[in-house]
Amino acid sequence: MSKRVSILAILLTFIALFPFSMSASGNGGHNENENLDVKEIIFEHLGDGYGWEVPFAHVYRIPLPVIVRAEDGKWFCFSSGDLTEIEVTENKETGKIKKHLVPVMKTIEKDGKTYRFMLSHEGSNKDKVVQLIPDGDGYREYRPLDISITKNVAALFIAVFLVTAMVMGLVRYYRRRGLRAPRKGMGFFEMLVSFVYYDTIKSTLGENTKKFAPYLLTCFFFILIMNLVGLIVIFPGGANLTGNIAVTLVLAFMTFVVTNIFGTKHYWKEIFWPDVPLFLKFPLPIMQVIEVFGIFTKPAALCVRLFANMMGGHIIVITLTLLIFIFAAFGTGVAGGATVVSVLFSIFMLLLDVLVSFIQAYVFTLLSALFISMAVIKEHEHNAKDDETYPQHERKDRVEIAEEKSVLQKLAKEMDA
Amino acid sequence: MELFTPDFGLVFWMFVAFILLFLVLAKWGWPVIIKMMDSRAATIDQGVEDAKQAKEQLDNAREEAKKYVVEAQARQAEMLRDAARMKTEIIEQAKNEAADAARKEMEAAKAAIEQARKEAELQFRNEVGKFSIDIAEKMVRTQMKSDKAQTELVNKLLDEIEKN
Repeated sequence: MSKRVSILAILLTFIALFPFSMSASGNGGHNENENLDVKEIIFEHLGDGYGWEVPFAHVYRIPLPVIVRAEDGKWFCFSSGDLTEIEVTENKETGKIKKHLVPVMKTIEKDGKTYRFMLSHEGSNKDKVVQLIPDGDGYREYRPLDISITKNVAALFIAVFLVTAMVMGLVRYYRRRGLRAPRKGMGFFEMLVSFVYYDTIKSTLGENTKKFAPYLLTCFFFILIMNLVGLIVIFPGGANLTGNIAVTLVLAFMTFVVTNIFGTKHYWKEIFWPDVPLFLKFPLPIMQVIEVFGIFTKPAALCVRLFANMMGGHIIVITLTLLIFIFAAFGTGVAGGATVVSVLFSIFMLLLDVLVSFIQAYVFTLLSALFISMAVIKEHEHNAKDDETYPQHERKDRVEIAEEKSVLQKLAKEMDA
Repeated sequence: MELFTPDFGLVFWMFVAFILLFLVLAKWGWPVIIKMMDSRAATIDQGVEDAKQAKEQLDNAREEAKKYVVEAQARQAEMLRDAARMKTEIIEQAKNEAADAARKEMEAAKAAIEQARKEAELQFRNEVGKFSIDIAEKMVRTQMKSDKAQTELVNKLLDEIEKN
């Protein structure tokens, strides 16, 4: 126990000393350091980029392919490294060398025409690739169709690769070892699969399990891996993938499509002619409006929930880290204290985010399963109370399940609120 | 606000990536894993059931074996008893047979002796008869040497016949 305490004390001392050494190396350059643009840093981290930062070197980027469609419909593919250059500036007074990343124009000759691409400086297309088209004296910016392999897309591919590798690894294990239970990592993965499959999907979907399980399992593990990879700070991770609305939008759209394609006649009847008193649905279609609205709010809630949770986590962690640099302006003593606090808090938040990653993947899967189960419900299952063909105890079970589902639905709605 | 406007490129790639991932895993991934987990669960359940049955059978077998042992012991005891009885019987029989044989021998010997005695008696009687006839002949010869004696006898005999 005392050993642990002493190790912790040593660690804390090192952390507290870190800003001293930092300010020592940047001696004198303190005041003329440009003001720390916290918002810029946070947004840069949360957003996308054409290159991927090399760990611990801010100006160096791993180049990724840029794929754009120019105004006249021609496709171009070039390295993102061509869009930026490292500019070295030297401070005359202190002799300190600073490196900046500045955008440069990429010129491509194709079929006798010149195409110019650049990262936009400002406006709605800031930091996006734009085509510069000669227009009078200057240029006008045109935002081309852009399907570049950006940092997020690359992270997406890494996540796809990881999920495929995990699943196929387990499949290969089974092929080799037959029915023997896997151990260690594979065992953990299989435990997760069995947890999601038996305790979430099967208990919600019942007889429809086989049909929808692949979709839901894919969702769960894809989201989980994307969440977790996003929490790793350096290169293979660090992309704020599930905290990007585009990703969660696609995921929610998938659930929306699955829900409505496999919706039964009864599901549509519940939307357009629900079992409510007549005045609620006849002259004025109040219930219909609410139900139709509900079709879209359910997946929208899925989308926003995952997005907001993951983005929130990222914002908190990066803000806590930035606190060190904000407090550095107040002198080394304050910075030391702030460092200890913020590192401890960051660790705590990161650990919490690991939990949140799991919970959000689980919630997304559970709610998708729930929405699907409500869409594929059959007439007799729903009206089990009136149905005499089912034995007493079974009918009771069905009613209970229906009640449970409605409670869960309410919970989900409250969570959205 | 740029955080809330989805980027087309990312939407496109996400769509492609998700569809591809889903197709690959739905074809070669999840069904295999689910089938394996199901069949392993079934195998384990079956194994438990089998073990229970095997134990039951073992218990039964043990009981049966015990029963057989007891039976065998009983049979053994019976056999020993039978053997003992047979032994005494055989000895008894042998004794009886020996006694019988001895008696028969004795009887045969007695009969032979009797026979011999009778034959001797018969022979003796014949000889005695012959002797007595010889003696009587000699006596009659001596007595009947004179004629007078012979006439007297004839008369006497005649008298006797007449009397009758």
